[in-house]
Amino acid sequence: MLTAPSLGWLILFFALPGLLTLTLAFHLTDLRGGVMQGWTLETVKSLADPLYLPLVWRTLWISAATTVFCVLLALPMSWYLAGLAPRWRNGLLLLIILPFLTNFLIRIFAWRSLLHPEGPVKQMLLWLHLVTEDTLLLNNSSAVLLVMIYTQLPFAILPLYAAAEKFDFSLIDAARDLGAGRWQAFRRIFLPGVRQGIVSASIIVFVCSLGQYVIPQFIGGTGDEMIGNKIVQRAFTDRNLPLACALAGALMLAVFSVGLVLTGLSRLFHPSRFRKRSYQA
Amino acid sequence: MNRPRFSQIITVLVLLFLHAPLVVLMVNSFNASRFGGEWEGFTLKWYEKLWEADEVWESMQITLKVAATSTLAAMLLGTLAALALHRCRSWLQTIHLTLITLPLALPDILMGMSLLAMFVALGIETGMLTLWIAHTTFCLSYVTMVVLARLQDFDFTLLDAARDLGATRWQAARRVLLPLLLPGILAGGLLAFTLSIDDYVITFFVSGPGTTTLPLRVASMMKTSRSLPMINALSTLMIASTFLLVSMSFRLQSRNRRA
Repeated sequence: MLTAPSLGWLILFFALPGLLTLTLAFHLTDLRGGVMQGWTLETVKSLADPLYLPLVWRTLWISAATTVFCVLLALPMSWYLAGLAPRWRNGLLLLIILPFLTNFLIRIFAWRSLLHPEGPVKQMLLWLHLVTEDTLLLNNSSAVLLVMIYTQLPFAILPLYAAAEKFDFSLIDAARDLGAGRWQAFRRIFLPGVRQGIVSASIIVFVCSLGQYVIPQFIGGTGDEMIGNKIVQRAFTDRNLPLACALAGALMLAVFSVGLVLTGLSRLFHPSRFRKRSYQA
Repeated sequence: MNRPRFSQIITVLVLLFLHAPLVVLMVNSFNASRFGGEWEGFTLKWYEKLWEADEVWESMQITLKVAATSTLAAMLLGTLAALALHRCRSWLQTIHLTLITLPLALPDILMGMSLLAMFVALGIETGMLTLWIAHTTFCLSYVTMVVLARLQDFDFTLLDAARDLGATRWQAARRVLLPLLLPGILAGGLLAFTLSIDDYVITFFVSGPGTTTLPLRVASMMKTSRSLPMINALSTLMIASTFLLVSMSFRLQSRNRRA
């Protein structure tokens, strides 16, 4: 009985709209921006348009690069945080979460003014003679990547920290006693130990990045659009709801398959397998 | 135990990276220079301009209205959901839990797009109602998670004790369960409130004419260079209020844990 209200709400306003999006993809739009009766494959077929290929490719590489950078930065951080006294640890965690709870648009705006041609970063780099007067820091894919990393970092730090907190650091001492170097202990003991955290961090960051459109819109140039930007364009500028739904449906399928594949891979590369292989070697 | 200094350096650099843009933004809200490239003296003129911008305060009212009503709905639905998830284990609860956690993991754009698709298909005009529905939906998951975590250390024998002493089910729930859960529910509510005020992506899809929330207003202000310094001032105020809400939420949760 307790379940009814929330389950009903979620079915009505989460599950049903999701399924509806998938079915709308099999309709055509009418001229007034509505949805025509009758089923068709036309809309789904139009996704094969070569126009989307560079967009898909860009969405994938930016998301992948964001994921790699975020995990690489979050790994040493989680190692450091997990080894701290609880007092310090909670304070640092709060410091990590605070910017992340600040309005998303404000954070993007902050970067826009930082990277602005007359903004502080440009002035500083000019002063250091690292850039010339006409270098553009804004409206390119490096800027998009930088701000993507900025907004996604906490999503990588938190799951990795959760995994590192459960990790038994005496194993590192043991490895060091047995003659392993620091790097070796980190790579052979710590990394497999927090494997689950790496997987969740990667899934969360990658999936969130796939659906991103606000950062390319405000930070990127015209050539930095991602799939999300096309969904918004189709829905609002072209008022072609079925096509927007078809794109969103494709993104939805991509998101679910990424989740399934990465979870599957993490099972495949279970630490026990690693151990077996290294014994044979 | 000695830790490699490398990890410490990375941590400090990342914290700087996370906070520097916001600090620069806040400092620049008092900077007389329009672009904030260099310091041209202390001023409050951007705050004065902001004070005179009526449309910003109108948006603020809409934002607070949406946030308050959807937070209340999410607190009610989320608490019931957490109780159900904690007490029962069945296939129905598995579906329930999946539906609660999925919105947390899916990109916002998908929830925004699918809600828009449904509202258009049903012929519902986007506006206050659609905003409220959308915000309640994503807040619900967060409230449930916070209350669920709180329930993990709740001693359910207290309820049995109340019942043994003659309380009805309803009395036991209201007089024993609710007061003990309240800090958790409030902490979840504060988180939901913060997220609702901050949401841009989902709001963008389901808002209509006359329901321009604060983040939407900031986005449209970003397009005109004249109002850029005003955003600095507005952002500073928003950051300050977010910090206030978050520290309240943290205090509630930690007091709860000690009890």
